[in-house]
Parts: sequence; structure tokens; C-alpha cells
Amino acid sequence: MTAFLIIIVLALLAISFWQISKIYKLSKPSGDDGVIANDKDNDKQAKIMLVFMVFLYGIMIYSFVSLSKFYLPESAAEHGPGYDQLMFISIAVIMVVQVITQALLHYFAYKYKGKKGNKALFFADNNTLEFIWTIIPVFVLAGLIIYGLVSWTKIMNPDIDEDTLVVEIYAYQFDWRARYAGADNVLGKANVRFIEGVNQLGVDETDEYGKDDVIVNELHLPKGKPVIFKFRSQDVLHSAYFPFFRSQMNVVPGMITEFGFTPTITSKEIKNSEYMVEKVKNINDIRKKRSTKLVENGEQPLDEYEFEYYLLCNKICGVTHYNMQMKIVVEEEEEYNKWMEEQQTFGELLAKQ
Amino acid sequence: MSVATTAHTDHHDDADAHHHHEQSFVEKYIFSTDHKMIAKQYLITGLIMAFIGIAMSLLMRLQLAWPDQKFWIFEALLGKFGQDGVMDPGIYLALVTIHGTIMVFFVLTAGLSGTFSNLLIPLQIGARDMASGLLNAISYWLFFLSSVIMVSSLFVEAGPASAGWTVYPPLSALPQAIGGSGLGMTLWLVSMTIFIASSLLGSLNYIVTVVNLRTQGMSMTRLPLTVWAFFVTAIIGVVSFPVLLSAGLLLLMDRSFGTSFFLSDIYIQGEVLAHQGGSPVLYEHLFWFLGHPEVYIILLPALGITSEVIATNARKPIFGYRAMVASILAIAFLSTVVWGHHMFVSGMNPFLGSVFTFTTLLIAIPSAVKAFNYITTLWKGNLQLNPAMLFSIGLVSTFITGGLTGIILGDSTLDINVHDTYFVVAHFHLVMGISALYGLLAGVYHWFPKMFGRMLNKNLGYVHFWVTAVGAYGVFFPMHFIGMAGLPRRYYTNTAFPYFDDLSDTNVLISVFAFITAAAQLVFIYNFISSIFYGKRAPQNPWNATTLEWTAPVEHIHGNWYGDLPKVYRWSYDYSKLNKDESDYVIAGQDFIPQNIPLQDNEEEMNH
Repeated sequence: MTAFLIIIVLALLAISFWQISKIYKLSKPSGDDGVIANDKDNDKQAKIMLVFMVFLYGIMIYSFVSLSKFYLPESAAEHGPGYDQLMFISIAVIMVVQVITQALLHYFAYKYKGKKGNKALFFADNNTLEFIWTIIPVFVLAGLIIYGLVSWTKIMNPDIDEDTLVVEIYAYQFDWRARYAGADNVLGKANVRFIEGVNQLGVDETDEYGKDDVIVNELHLPKGKPVIFKFRSQDVLHSAYFPFFRSQMNVVPGMITEFGFTPTITSKEIKNSEYMVEKVKNINDIRKKRSTKLVENGEQPLDEYEFEYYLLCNKICGVTHYNMQMKIVVEEEEEYNKWMEEQQTFGELLAKQ
Repeated sequence: MSVATTAHTDHHDDADAHHHHEQSFVEKYIFSTDHKMIAKQYLITGLIMAFIGIAMSLLMRLQLAWPDQKFWIFEALLGKFGQDGVMDPGIYLALVTIHGTIMVFFVLTAGLSGTFSNLLIPLQIGARDMASGLLNAISYWLFFLSSVIMVSSLFVEAGPASAGWTVYPPLSALPQAIGGSGLGMTLWLVSMTIFIASSLLGSLNYIVTVVNLRTQGMSMTRLPLTVWAFFVTAIIGVVSFPVLLSAGLLLLMDRSFGTSFFLSDIYIQGEVLAHQGGSPVLYEHLFWFLGHPEVYIILLPALGITSEVIATNARKPIFGYRAMVASILAIAFLSTVVWGHHMFVSGMNPFLGSVFTFTTLLIAIPSAVKAFNYITTLWKGNLQLNPAMLFSIGLVSTFITGGLTGIILGDSTLDINVHDTYFVVAHFHLVMGISALYGLLAGVYHWFPKMFGRMLNKNLGYVHFWVTAVGAYGVFFPMHFIGMAGLPRRYYTNTAFPYFDDLSDTNVLISVFAFITAAAQLVFIYNFISSIFYGKRAPQNPWNATTLEWTAPVEHIHGNWYGDLPKVYRWSYDYSKLNKDESDYVIAGQDFIPQNIPLQDNEEEMNH
């Protein structure tokens, strides 16, 4: 890493020296007046424009070829494949427009470079053309809007029945808690004014519905069962971002926000997926290299990484915003039930006191 | 609106007397009421603020690329927040916040619109000065004061405002939540309040000037697109900035007087706060009611400048003048009804999300029309590739690239998973940051002769443009992809999530491009400063343009024109217009007809 850094610094220094020497050369008066483009400049700049176009397409191709692997793995929520499909269609549409318009823009800038004696075409208006490129975006966008709105309505209004798992996600500087509604599947009332001692989430101790609630630091979800999250914040705005489930909702103090999804891929399954095996291997290679450096400097090596789903905070919330995360485990329903049985309810927690 | 003449002919009879009036140094250079001087003051203040803002982004890029390295520069510049060369996580958020605030408001609102509205509105409509020179001067000095306060907030003990440039409460309201929400945040609010007053005074002045002071013959449909853009921008500013002021005042009251507009049910540092019943979502609505139009307050002047520069350098009329005006108006109207697309996942009613998706994607239509019209203007032109022209073409390019990803973010469904990730950062930097900066730079290269009476060196301009163009795409194109990996913005370091470890090479790449791009700006600074003093003296109309500012003398005089004001007989885009029998240009051997030239016998009258 340091070697890389040094190389970059050296390269930057070289570039700046090159630039400085160029400045002296360029600022010396040359044959032309040095201030207004002449035919020679037009010709040269037009050629550079073509080179730049190659660079622009190059960086687009590079990004799609070697960076698109960063795109998140197959969605682990039921609505996710629809989301990804809409995303890919949208990207395809905008990339088609991008490739065509950038080519026209840069090619015209090259092709019609100025030359003494050339005449530009006095072309001020053409209603047909303008109609065409108003109406095409109208139709394309209308398609995307309708598609998007149908998905949006579906995602934001999940069917809720007595089978839906109710979980409160509780955010505070700088961590998360999850509160399960328990056997009655109804969350006990809560308010920050009830926070006292072990009752860290401010659950109303007199509310019978709250007695069987289960408060944990790690979110477990049964595969295939719809879950509705109720988000509550203790202090400032946070955002509960579940990238692997294509889900996100802000957590707002003073109100309860909601989002629901159905997990479809267990942690075990995703860990063994081709995508994740390769990704984790790559990450561990990187970490090993870094660890060697760290050990050389007498520091602790990095742990070996194993993938787990996580929930992270995605709304600036304070100094440790960058490390506000909670592990999520998606498992088969039996495993989930077994785990749930081991947890202590809110009532038990109070009784212990 | 066809009769645009106004009764100011009397007052410039005595204009000659003004010319001979000796101005003291203070009157001429400091408390000047002359719009040309005020424009220069705006530009130079804006550029200094840009220097600070860009320097901050470099510190952030240094931290993001090499989070476990120590850099002496952190200690040198950040003092106790960079002890032993390690950046403090809190100051990172402060850098994020102040970088955003400075670039959005101080550089791209005041520096761009303030400079060019002031310089060009009177000169291009044929007026002696702004409607009120005094208010104009007050507007600048309020802007200067707000800049000083914003910069001085950097030196506050507990650090400057750190809640993001949107300063969402409760984080921004509670000093217990983050150090920067103490005195730093108070100064931020005071600075912004003064800034808004400055912006409103300026905008009202621009509107009145455009409506009332157009010279004889300058009907609204003969206005250059620059003036249209500045005019509409000013209207958007007057509509939306007061809402930000009210949001700021309510926030100030929540902070200082114990009200609960935005706060409710808060337990922090072992204590329940008394605030009850407020909602941060209300603040978000108020903020974005300005915040989104603000994007167009930044962008429209840049697009106006580009229209003018592209037409002049293509030696062609801008294609679809009326469509361009219509799209400016459509964008202005729609910009005030799309703010909710910043809030799809804020907890507001999902139905509202649907409405805002609809209006947001509608705004893509006038934007697309503008892009196509620019491209068509290049077609069959005789392009003079001056640096200003290159920056304008660059603007069209980044405007398209950045605008297209807006289709993804404006779609409420797709926003769910890329909201507040680096995808957003890449999107808005391209579409409003880089594009507007290109507009600003195009304007500087094009109107430098008008401002300083001297020319910028073109070769340095070329180096500046190409390095910047390569660097800007190098920074922001790959950035979309780390956003799609689910990497959140405003993270001090990504090392807390091993999942992001494989993005670190891309982050290094982005940072390297950022440093190269920033280095190229030094070339511009050198060119700018040395040309002010030693540049080649400018001819009256260096770019052979048609607009009225080039009929004014090179030297700056009070009242802009000697003698009578120019009269206008045609629109501002008569480039390469041929005579009736198409044997030559209307004026033989000259491919442009300035607006003050009467209709010739051998030309056809166009309906503009």
C-alpha cells in the first residue's frame, strides 16, 4: 500500500513539474496571439476531442466490465428481483441514450471544427425535430414511471395478516436493537420517557402486550415469512438500510416509520452462493495482504472475514455514524423458533431485576 | 411586453457628467455600486470560496482512499482535529458539511449567478446599471459578510456545523448529539440567514432590471438566453429562498428558545428532552422546498451561459430558441414541485412518493429538449474551439451523464436501495457540481475580456479544460458503481465493514483523479491572476458576438455606453445568416449581425 502511495505521489509530482514547465512554455508569446482560437487550434482541439471521446467510452466500458461486479448479490427479499429488473431496464435505457448522445456531441464537435471560409448553416428552428425529441422522452419516461409506480405501490403496501412477523427496529447513537412482538405478535407501547435502568428501549412496563416482547442485538428472520418492521429512534435521524434486501427506511424520532419484506435466502445459502464465495475469497486476500503490513508494523492482524447480512445506518447521525451496524441472520423457520425460545422476554428481564 | 422602452432616457443625458466624476479608491473598488465592479467582487469572492471548498474535498478524498495512513497535512490544516496526522471522525463530517454548503451556496449560487447576472443583465439588455445600484452593493456586502462568518465558523472550539449541508434536526439542533451543533451550527445559521437576505436583494434587483430597463427594441423574445436564465433563476430564488429562511429560523428557535417545531421524543446522553410534538420530516419538507429549486438556481445560469457561448462559437443561432425559453420556464415551474424525491424513504406517505416520482420524471423532458438542442446547434456549425466553447461542450456532456442517472434516483422504487449511497454523490456532482462549474468557467473564459479588459491565455485554458474533463469523469463515473455496491455516503471510513474492502482500490483511483483535477485548477488560477495584470489587451468584440455587451467600450465606464443607449432591431442569434439570394452573409464578409444593427434590405425578417 505504501509503495503504491509513493508511486502515486511521485507520479503526481512528475505531473505537476510537467505542468509547471508547460506553463512557462505556453505563456510565452508564440506566433499567434495566444488568446483566440485559430484554425490550427480548432483542428488540434477537435482531434483531442476525439481522443477524449475514446477516453470517455473507455472509462464507461472499464466501469461496466470491471466494476459492475460490485453490484449487490441476488436479492434476499421477495420484492428484490423485481427491483433489480427495473434497475437493469433503467440502466439499459439510460446507457443507450448516453452512448448515442455522447457520440453525437463529441463527434459533431470534431466534425464541424471551424475553418476560415467555412459557412455555418443558419438553422434556427424545426418543429418536427423538436416534436420528435419531446415525444420520445415522454413515451420512454411514461413507461418507466408506470413500471416504477406499480412496483413502488407493491413494495410500500405489503399485505399484512396475523402471520406477518412484527419487529421493531430501534436506533440510537450508535447502535441498533430489535424488539420482537412476542407470542401475541403485538408490540407493547413504548416511549423514550419510559427509559430507565434495564428498560433501555422505553417499553411501557404496564402494557400487557409488552411483557412477551423480546429485545435483542442481532436480528434473526425466518426464511419465507413476511416481516413488517416498525422503526423508532431514540435521539436523531437514522436510516435503516438493508442493502441485501433492497430495503431502506429512515428512522425518525417522534414517529414510527414502517417497511416490510419477505426474506427468501438464508444466511447459509448466500454464504455458499457462487457470488459470495468468490467475493469473500477476494476480500480475504486483500485483508491478508493488509495484515502482513500490520504485523510488520507491530500491530494486530485483521480477522478473517465471513459474510453476514447486515443492517447499516445510512443517514448522517453523529461521529460514529460510519460504524452503526447490526448483524442479520436469515434462517429456516425451525432454527428461528429455536433461537427465539432461547431469548428472554421483556417480562423476564423486568422480573430478574 | 412588446413595448419595452422605459423612461430612463432623461437620466443618461447627464451620464457624461458621471464619467468625469473622479471616484475615490474606496468608491471605485470597495463600496462600488457599479454592476461591473460588483460582478468582479462576486467572482473573486466566489473563487476564493471555491478554493476552500475544493481543498476540503481533497482532505476527504485523502482520508477515504487511505483511511489507515497518517498525513501530516491533516495536522497542519485541521490542528487538534488532525492530531498525529489522523483525521478526527467528527471533523470529517464537518468537512462534508462545509464543503457542501460552500460549493452549493457560496460558489455555485453567489459565485455563478451573482457574477454573471450582475455583469450581463444590464450589459445585454442595454441598461446603464441595475435598477438599484445601492441594493446591489448591499447584496454583495451581505454575501461577503456571510462568507466571512461561514469561514470563521471553521475556527470554533468544538468544530463547525457537522450535520451535513442539509443540517437535518435533531442532529443539527442538539449540541449533545455532535460537537459541531453548538456554536458552529449557530454561526452556520447566522451566515445562511445573511446569505438569503443577500440572495433575495440580488434576485429582486435582477427581476426588476430585466422587466423594466430593457432598451428600446429589446422585447422579451429578443433577450439572449443568458438573460432569460438569470431572470427565471431570480424568480425561483425569490419563491424558494424565503422558505429556507423560515426553516432556519424555526431551527434556531428549537435550538435556542426551547420550541418543538422539529423535535419530539428525544432521549440523549441519559436525559429525556422536554421537546414534544415536532417532526424532523417537516424540516425536510421545508429544506427541500428550497433545496431542489436550488439545484436549478445553480444549473440554469450555467445553461444560459452555455447557450450563449455555444451559439457564438458555433457561429450558428441556438437551435430552437423558443423551445429553450419554454424549457427554462417548464424546468422552473417543475422544480418547485419535485422536492419530495429527496424524501422517498423519509417516512412520508408512500402515495406522496408516487406523486413526486411523476413530477420528477416529467422534469427530464425539458432537460432532454435542452440537451438535444445543444447538440443540434453544433451540427453543421463552424466551431471555434475556444476554451469557453470546450467548457460548454463539457457541460452538455456531464449534464447528460449526470442527468440520466437522475432517472434512476427520481424513481421512488429504485431510490430505495441507492438512496444516500455514493450513487447519489456521483449523480449530483456530475449534473449540478461539475456541470455548473463548467458553466462558471465557460463564463469566465468568455467574458473575462468584458470584465478585465484583457484576454485569458488560450493554451493554458486548453490544458485546464482537458485535465479537468478527464479528471471529473475519472472521479465520478466509477463512483456510481461503488454506490451500487451499497456504500453509504458520509462515512468517515469504510473499514468498519469488511464487505467494502474490495472497493478500496476504486476509492484510491477516484482520489488520484481528484488530485489531478484539483492540480489543473492551479493552472487556471495562474492564468486568471496573471491575465488580469499582464494579459493581452482585449479588442471590443473578441468573439465576434452579437449581443449588446460587446458594443460597449472595453474600458469600464459608469453607465456602460458613451452617449445614447444602443437600440435593438433583432434577436441575439443572427450568426451566419445569409442574404436573400444566398450569395453571401447579410453583411458581406461578416458572419454575425449585432443586435443593434437595423434590418438590412437584403435580408428576410425572421419571426423572433
